[in-house]
Amino acid sequence: MKTKERIIEAGLKFSSLITVLTTLGILWVLLSQSLVFFGEVSIIEFLTSREWTPLFENKHYGILPLLAGTALTTFVAIAVALPLGITIAIYLSEYASAPIRNTFKPLLEILAAVPTVVYGFFALTVVTPFLKGILPELATFNALSAGLVMGVMIIPMVSSLSEDALRAVPNSLREAAYGMGSTRLQTAFRVLVPAASSGIVVSVLLAISRAIGETMIVTIAAGQQPNLTFNPMETVETITAYIVQVSLGDVPHGSIEYRTIFAAGLMLFVLTFILNNISYFVKKRYQQQYE
Amino acid sequence: MNSRQKNRIKDRAFKYLGIFSTSIGLILLTVFIGSIIKDGIGRIDWDFLTNLPSRKAEKAGILTALAGSVWLLVMTAIVSIPLGVAAAIHLEEYSRKTRWSSFLEINITNLAGVPSVIYGILGLQIFVRTMRFGGSLLAGAFTLALLILPIIIVTTREAIKAVPSSIKEASYGLGATKWQTIRHQVLPAAGGSIATGIILALSRAIGETAPVIIIGALAYVAFVPQSPTDEFTVLPIQIFNWVSRPDHAFVVNAAAGIIVLLAVTFMMNGIAVYLRHRWQNKVNW
Repeated sequence: MKTKERIIEAGLKFSSLITVLTTLGILWVLLSQSLVFFGEVSIIEFLTSREWTPLFENKHYGILPLLAGTALTTFVAIAVALPLGITIAIYLSEYASAPIRNTFKPLLEILAAVPTVVYGFFALTVVTPFLKGILPELATFNALSAGLVMGVMIIPMVSSLSEDALRAVPNSLREAAYGMGSTRLQTAFRVLVPAASSGIVVSVLLAISRAIGETMIVTIAAGQQPNLTFNPMETVETITAYIVQVSLGDVPHGSIEYRTIFAAGLMLFVLTFILNNISYFVKKRYQQQYE
Repeated sequence: MNSRQKNRIKDRAFKYLGIFSTSIGLILLTVFIGSIIKDGIGRIDWDFLTNLPSRKAEKAGILTALAGSVWLLVMTAIVSIPLGVAAAIHLEEYSRKTRWSSFLEINITNLAGVPSVIYGILGLQIFVRTMRFGGSLLAGAFTLALLILPIIIVTTREAIKAVPSSIKEASYGLGATKWQTIRHQVLPAAGGSIATGIILALSRAIGETAPVIIIGALAYVAFVPQSPTDEFTVLPIQIFNWVSRPDHAFVVNAAAGIIVLLAVTFMMNGIAVYLRHRWQNKVNW
């Protein structure tokens, strides 16, 4: 009996070790391949050159255009998701009755459940033609449409995490504000949002990280043309879209063009890793705050 | 108008702003889905579901993509469910609060936030190249299993945590061992929530496109896969391939493919919500 229990425990333990092996695998793959890449391309050129043309005759390996594309689509997405997400969070936690909240929360989650390739299709075939009616100089593939649609997709991420943070604020603070004659709006913005600020920051950081890593929407709707610009009406290429572009082509395995996806992937991993870890520690800290 | 009235009006106005914000995303989604159904529903018929891919848009069907998606879903489930549930049991019931366990926790949170393309790159290098699976279903299933593992672990842990300790104590009191308690008390009690989490994770896997493209699933596969080592394509890749063509007839095909993909995704989400609802009503601690 005792041996059986031991064997089972060992099996369970091994399963949890898979997660550590996954992380080690990611680090090993990205670092080992990037190391070979940086043996051929200087890291200075990678970080400072303003051109990214590994698939052309005249090769340049500057990640800046891809970073600009990523930053641009992410910025547009957050500009949509942040105001809407926080308004929704305040409405659901402070204004809405329980039945309304219980109906809308799962409905909002649908936005996050739709596959991203579907959002990409929306952006390209519905949003871009619509926006072109208003902005005739808009490119067919552009950062604006991709960013707007991505913003809609991450609304539930911002709203549900922010709502959790607002609801975690002790009722005594609310009652004190109401006792002083504040309206719900004043209570929300002057008392609850400041009190829940770390939780709201976490929701935004995670949303940014999600937007940076999002792939199909930007691949389909923002284009495949590295472009160092901050004009959302132009065609751009994000880090993620570049990785997909290379995977779709027939770049020979082991060539330097092939290794660019590992260097680009490492950049992407580092960015999201930093954001995820900051939010993890902020969250740990604010959870202790009111316990 | 005094300031109190002004504040009341602002308060009222914000309520409507809140209702507007909450509905706008859903309204947009309805518009999107409506326009897709308008574009694509006429294209869906038995031939569309059972035809092989073709260079002619009117003849092209989604049979290989649909079969690939089902194969991949089943294989991903076989790999990820036992691993995810076992890891969650270990973390929740066996591991003590040490530095190692808090490292494991941070690590899983981090993995849940790693972009899916990175999992694609991992799968490409480890499963496709090093283990020489090639662009097969096997490589795809392992890659997607690693991708959804953190989601399954987190939801399973929460489900186990929600089981009251009185049940466990009663089981120990009757002389059951730790594993007997978990196997016969904890898992059955947490089953509904665990199943909900697993279905949601799998519905995410079926919609994933980027990692499967990166490991080299092809857009054009002429045959239905027969075994786990066969090459394959999946529904999202077929849709992506059609979207990127200039010919409008292929865009119609993409819309029709999306209707099928959304039907599958929403059905899985519906089942998950139903399970959660039923379980909540049945079990009242």
